[in-house]
Amino acid sequence: MAGDQMAGEQDDGHAARPLRRPVVVVGGGPTGLSLAIDLALHGVPVVLLDDDDTVSPGSRAVCYAKRTLEVWDRLGVGEAVVAQGVGWQRGRVHHGDRLVSEFDLRPEPGHQMPAFTNLQQYLLEETLIARAQALAGVDLRWRHRLIGMMAEADHVALRVDTPDGPYDMECAWLVAADGARSLVRRLLALEFIGQTVRDRFLICDVATEADFPKLRQFWFDPPFHRERSVLMHRQPGNMWRIDLQLGWYADTAAETSPARVAMRLRRILGEGVAFSVESAEIYTFQCRRLERFLHGRVLFAGDAAHQVSPFGARGANSGVQDADNLAWKLRLVLAGLAPVALLESYNCERLAAADENLREAARAAGFIAPRTPMARALRDAALHLAGRFSFARTLINSGRLSAPTVYVESPLNTPDATADGFAGGVPPGAPCVDAPLGQQGEADWLLRHLGFRFTALVFAGDPPSPGQMAQLAGLPVPVHTVIIRAAGSPDEADGGFTDTEGRACDRYDARPGTTYLVRPDQHVAARWRRFDPAAITVALARAIALPAAA
Amino acid sequence: MTLDTSPRLADPDGIFTALARAYRQLDESQARTFDARLILLLANHVGDEAVLREAIAIAGEGLVPRDQIGDLDAVP
Repeated sequence: MAGDQMAGEQDDGHAARPLRRPVVVVGGGPTGLSLAIDLALHGVPVVLLDDDDTVSPGSRAVCYAKRTLEVWDRLGVGEAVVAQGVGWQRGRVHHGDRLVSEFDLRPEPGHQMPAFTNLQQYLLEETLIARAQALAGVDLRWRHRLIGMMAEADHVALRVDTPDGPYDMECAWLVAADGARSLVRRLLALEFIGQTVRDRFLICDVATEADFPKLRQFWFDPPFHRERSVLMHRQPGNMWRIDLQLGWYADTAAETSPARVAMRLRRILGEGVAFSVESAEIYTFQCRRLERFLHGRVLFAGDAAHQVSPFGARGANSGVQDADNLAWKLRLVLAGLAPVALLESYNCERLAAADENLREAARAAGFIAPRTPMARALRDAALHLAGRFSFARTLINSGRLSAPTVYVESPLNTPDATADGFAGGVPPGAPCVDAPLGQQGEADWLLRHLGFRFTALVFAGDPPSPGQMAQLAGLPVPVHTVIIRAAGSPDEADGGFTDTEGRACDRYDARPGTTYLVRPDQHVAARWRRFDPAAITVALARAIALPAAA
Repeated sequence: MTLDTSPRLADPDGIFTALARAYRQLDESQARTFDARLILLLANHVGDEAVLREAIAIAGEGLVPRDQIGDLDAVP
């Protein structure tokens, strides 16, 4: 009931029976906050419970990838995150005292968001919290700790403890975004499958005025940390993230003593460089996931669902991409516009993403910390040959950096028709790629006009008629039409855009008439060489998991 | 079979001897380094992933447990 949904926090403890919320999110990290904001912007009121009342201490996540920044831009915080962070796109890999490879993650122009932005997690969380607080649909409840739950057929009953005592609440859907030690997971007695990486890392945040280059630097076996690896990243405010590999048998207590940490950092930063250590902790990493992310009316997202080692920045990035995948599906299911099977596609698509991330993490771990003498020899051979041969540089794996997963096997996709002859472009299941556009002489970006709703992205030749657009907009799940015209076309009064640099046509392998059906999370559901409302309607039904018409 | 296992070397004795001789001055650790460099150079020259996976599987016969041969990149 709408009345229930608008009820405030104080009402939960005083109602005659527990109030039924549409969605409760447990966990106020990047994943839970992004999901709460997304749901609220979709018009779904959401209660977010967090057992703490502070943003995360120290700096955990650091690197946010372009796709994640694009998700946040859709949620209204992309520019704020980029403005606070340090953007970067280049990296260097060293072996001993030699530079063996350099890479550029975004060699081409024409994207709104940088390849990566580095920002301390607590600053990111403050930005997300400010955004959530500005939305009436988000009910943030700090120091509200889930202490019990009972999964029923049509809802989940929750008991929540607070400094003022416990209360009961119900929700149609519970999302566990409560991190690696997820209480929801433990209450449901679900096991992770996977393994611990048998290695230890000293992770430091170090403030120094010294001017190191603004790029990702990775060293294998450097003179200042023999036989092991070092990773260095810039953060805002002259802060540096430095990860030192210590090996599985490192003495945790000795390695975190301030004198030992300072000694190690002095070797890296150089004698005479002043620095202060903001945090220094020893970590081991897990590479594991739940068998399923959907259990009845409980969904798992972020670290609560899957964990990877940090080389590649696949932790927070994949959590936010989980949220991006889930919000619109919950909204359609709650509105009765899509069957519960749509949530099963969250499980299918994000499991595929988690497996991709786990595979990449395992491969990087095998290169950074070889497990046998011969694996070490192969690793060193690649690094040795990389000085002379470009093929060997491609073998160097210091962590392949987070890239969005293409949901190749998704049941929501409508496969390309062979006759349409797409060669490249953005295939079904892939996230849309940004491109610069113009409208009435104003510069704009494509991704800003996709998202939250289904969109027919039409590269006009013959543009759709107002009647056709109205027909799509009038479907139970409406499809909005966005028209893109070739550079040099006159502006029309239909709200269309101009492909000012020709990049949109290139990136979408578009010819006049090419039409993409884009999901509310900006992933492609289907594409054709002509605008055909009937085909769009069929693909839409598939993309929201409606049973195929008999 | 995509891996070509027919005789292809014009001078098999010469190549065999060259390979064996290359290790003559090497201790075990150096031999391992040499192995690794040679494997990577040849693997890149071959290029074809199916051929390489097949060679890896054949080389591992009797050494690598059978259930792990097809499992070279298991997840998790």
